Amino acid sequence: MLVHSRKGKWTLWALFLVLFVPLFALPLLVIVAASFATNWSGAFPSGPTVEHYAAATRGESLEALTTSLVTALAASLLALLMGSWAALAAHALPKRGKRLLDTLFVLPVAVPSVVVGLAVLVAFSQPPFLLNGTRWIVILAHTVLVTAFAYQSVSAAIVRLDPAYEQAAASLGAKPSYVLWKVKLPLLLPSLNAAAGLCFALSMGELSATMMLYPPDWMPLPVRIFTATDRGSLFTGSAVAVVLMGATLLVLLAVSRIRTRASYR
Amino acid sequence: MSGGSDIGIRFDGVSVAYGANTVLDSLDLTVERGEVMALLGPSGSGKTTALRAVAGFVQPVRGRVLIGDRDVTDLPPHRRGVGMVVQSYALFPHLRVEDNVAFGLKAQKADKAGIPARVAEALEMTGMAGYAKRYPRELSGGQQQRVAIARALAIRPGVLLLDEPLSALDAQLRSGMLAELARLHRELPEVSILYVTHDQVEALTLADRIAVMDQARLQDCGTPQELYRSPRTEFTASFVGNANLLPVRVGDGQVRLGDAELTVDTAGVAAGTTATLCVRPHLVGLGEGVNALRGTVAEVQWRGATHRLYVDVAGQRVKADVRELRVPPALGERVALHFAPEDAVLLSAGVSADE
Ligand SMILES: Nc1ncnc2c1ncn2[C@@H]1O[C@H](COP(=O)(O)OP(=O)(O)O)[C@@H](O)[C@H]1O
Ligand SMILES: [Mg+2]
Repeated sequence: MLVHSRKGKWTLWALFLVLFVPLFALPLLVIVAASFATNWSGAFPSGPTVEHYAAATRGESLEALTTSLVTALAASLLALLMGSWAALAAHALPKRGKRLLDTLFVLPVAVPSVVVGLAVLVAFSQPPFLLNGTRWIVILAHTVLVTAFAYQSVSAAIVRLDPAYEQAAASLGAKPSYVLWKVKLPLLLPSLNAAAGLCFALSMGELSATMMLYPPDWMPLPVRIFTATDRGSLFTGSAVAVVLMGATLLVLLAVSRIRTRASYR
Repeated sequence: MSGGSDIGIRFDGVSVAYGANTVLDSLDLTVERGEVMALLGPSGSGKTTALRAVAGFVQPVRGRVLIGDRDVTDLPPHRRGVGMVVQSYALFPHLRVEDNVAFGLKAQKADKAGIPARVAEALEMTGMAGYAKRYPRELSGGQQQRVAIARALAIRPGVLLLDEPLSALDAQLRSGMLAELARLHRELPEVSILYVTHDQVEALTLADRIAVMDQARLQDCGTPQELYRSPRTEFTASFVGNANLLPVRVGDGQVRLGDAELTVDTAGVAAGTTATLCVRPHLVGLGEGVNALRGTVAEVQWRGATHRLYVDVAGQRVKADVRELRVPPALGERVALHFAPEDAVLLSAGVSADE
């Protein structure tokens, strides 16, 4: 909607601020404020300190950050690989088969992630697939959870891809595999990149399934935040949360910079 | 990639259907080596489908497609060795012009050392040599068109398929490109070109022969002169150029339109039947003469160098394009029109397009 009058513009901005600040910005600001506080009994936090950050970037917390980054990186790459592969395969299928795959891949989104976590736990707790107690079960669960998003965004991008490109390539004598590598994937690159960012962010924040699965030596950051606040260390938890937020945003920023370079037109 | 020495295209009873909907109905057509064949017809008549059957993007339900002496009906597109330019050009946006043109050579694993020379040659031929380092998005529509042609020609196909290649260009560019295409064809005399268009001017200008399509069927095929001077069907007569199509009763060496008795060649049409008389508007003159048609002026349009008159004769509206008149007739005025017997073609009812 385009608003031209100066007054209208200001009203819109005011409305935006009134809605946005309390809903989105304020909770985040509160966490940031809490992460610098030692005491919050009045209306505002008091006793400013950077102690919590020292704790949040050392020892167990640092380990948890690395765990989260590695998990998210592995899960989003795996998800991207499988999701794109499935989306490309689904596109080549007849309508029925495609709809079946679409439904299959929407399941992890539709089903609560606690249920997915439980399912993974039950399925991989006995031989021959004994993953319980290892880091792999966490990575696996995250992959299952985020592949759906990768599938959906790549799927949407494939539908939008003009078939004329593939056909032009084929008429020039390119085999299907050559067309995939030299034409389709490069043209899908911006979407693949966006999908990877989405998967990464989702995995970084995943808690409910992780809670059911994580082994003692592989505790991702959200679990660490949860346990910290559960013990009552609200301010330390806040500092760790800010670190999580910052790390995720930094990676997303990097990913989107690559995307800008990869997009044509 | 192109097998056999004398390439050309042959459609052998090719039918294509989408579900129960037949969009190409037993097409029989041969494009000779080095010939430009225009597929001319209104939108939806199945032209693109015919072209896609050659390229391999639709599978015929019946019939065979041959390129040279190779039956390619069951070959996948990448093994057919045809050059194709589609309406949208489909230049790869992530590749520079030179890489677009080199794409086919690389895909076919051509000798690496020879690629730059062949890319340069193709770009030279289409006048795009100065743009090799650009991306497609940095080119105008006409330039993209040239690159698309260069890309198709770089693989040295025996057959070039062009699907409405000029339709995305404005009128001025279009006539320039038309001349360019004619020049390209002179430089590549052995390449067969199948040129899909709905524009009769393009077809008449460029083609050695024109295949007229309507409603999934081939209606007529012949040289531009044949189709223009002596069309075999009403559809051809009206679609190729513009024609007066007048229902007449056939006598012996003459036909009747209302009261008027007209002398035309009635060979091959049985006396006593009804037929369609086809006369081009620019061959109709104003004033008395042989084969006079008298009627009242219904409309007069000034078109610069000519006047287009619409005259109602015996319930039929006859079009005449005459040299600009100093004093055009008034509406409702009674006038006479005439045409020479040899300028008219009689189409027997049996060969009308909607049979
Ligand atoms: N993929 C398709 N699915 C169903 N019908 C199609 C498809 N492609 C073309 N058609 C139909 O086939 C007919 C001929 O199309 P086309 O060959 O593109 O015509 P033209 O190029 O002469 O305009 C049209 O009626 C069109 O609707
Ligand atoms: Mg078409």
